[in-house]
Amino acid sequence: MARVIVDVMLKPEILDPQGRAVQGALGRLGLEGVTSVRQGKHFVIELDGDLDSDRAAALDRLAGELLSNPVIEDFTLTVVDA
Amino acid sequence: MKIGVVTFPGSLDDRDAARAVRIAGGEAVALWHGDDDLHGVDAVVLPGGFSYGDYLRCGAIARFAPIMQQVVDGARGGMPVLGICNGFQILCESHLLPGALTRNDHLHFICRDQRLRIENTTSAWTTSFAAGQEIVIPLKNGEGGFVADDATLDALEGEGRVIARYLEINPNGSRRDIAGICNERGNVVGLMPHPEHAVESLTGPTTDGLGFFTSVLSMVGSSR
Repeated sequence: MARVIVDVMLKPEILDPQGRAVQGALGRLGLEGVTSVRQGKHFVIELDGDLDSDRAAALDRLAGELLSNPVIEDFTLTVVDA
Repeated sequence: MKIGVVTFPGSLDDRDAARAVRIAGGEAVALWHGDDDLHGVDAVVLPGGFSYGDYLRCGAIARFAPIMQQVVDGARGGMPVLGICNGFQILCESHLLPGALTRNDHLHFICRDQRLRIENTTSAWTTSFAAGQEIVIPLKNGEGGFVADDATLDALEGEGRVIARYLEINPNGSRRDIAGICNERGNVVGLMPHPEHAVESLTGPTTDGLGFFTSVLSMVGSSR
């Protein structure tokens, strides 16, 4: 079985009001000195068999087409188990 | 003058959009997301709602519905397409319009009667308005903040592709108060507020929304 992790984050220049709200909550709960919180998405994708180059290429393409919106988001793809 | 209204799983405003089409004098045709046939319509409305539960990103999954390939092909060929709210999000995800819609900057869902200024009266959906005309139609969204990079925003403004701007307040943090935009050709329009809810005095704050639908009917009519 292959396992691939895709992390999606808003681009740095895009306002993240959810992250800002979490930052405020952390401060209210007593954590001092939080200068920034950015909230993203974490996908754990499991596939049967080995991750061949065709499926790896398809995953890379779909991470940019479906899992993230390149207008506002960046993604990183990590193969955990090939 | 057949105007198709697409229903996705989670669409809310498809009935109101079809009703607006009929009140404006057109024939509304119900289109289904899983269908790959536009059934001969002259224009398409992508209505508001929460297609596919807004999972992943608003409009991200609807973009890949079978009907959308037909809508994208038709739009590229000049067919008028209006995306309202969730429909606007779908048009951006489909890359028929630039930019993206993000979470309201204040994080709250907002529902109000919103004043707008119409800034483009040449698109397929806005010829019934006067330049600079102010209208009031309902706005209701959680992820209505229009964002794009500065170069894209400059191009949209320079080419007169900002359809409408928010007046009095910016309800969702949209850059440069943008409420709606169109593509280069002017046949594809995305609008965050809801003209289909302002077509009858009984239920709407005004009947200002009718203009979007009469615009496309006059255009479709004159081309025949």
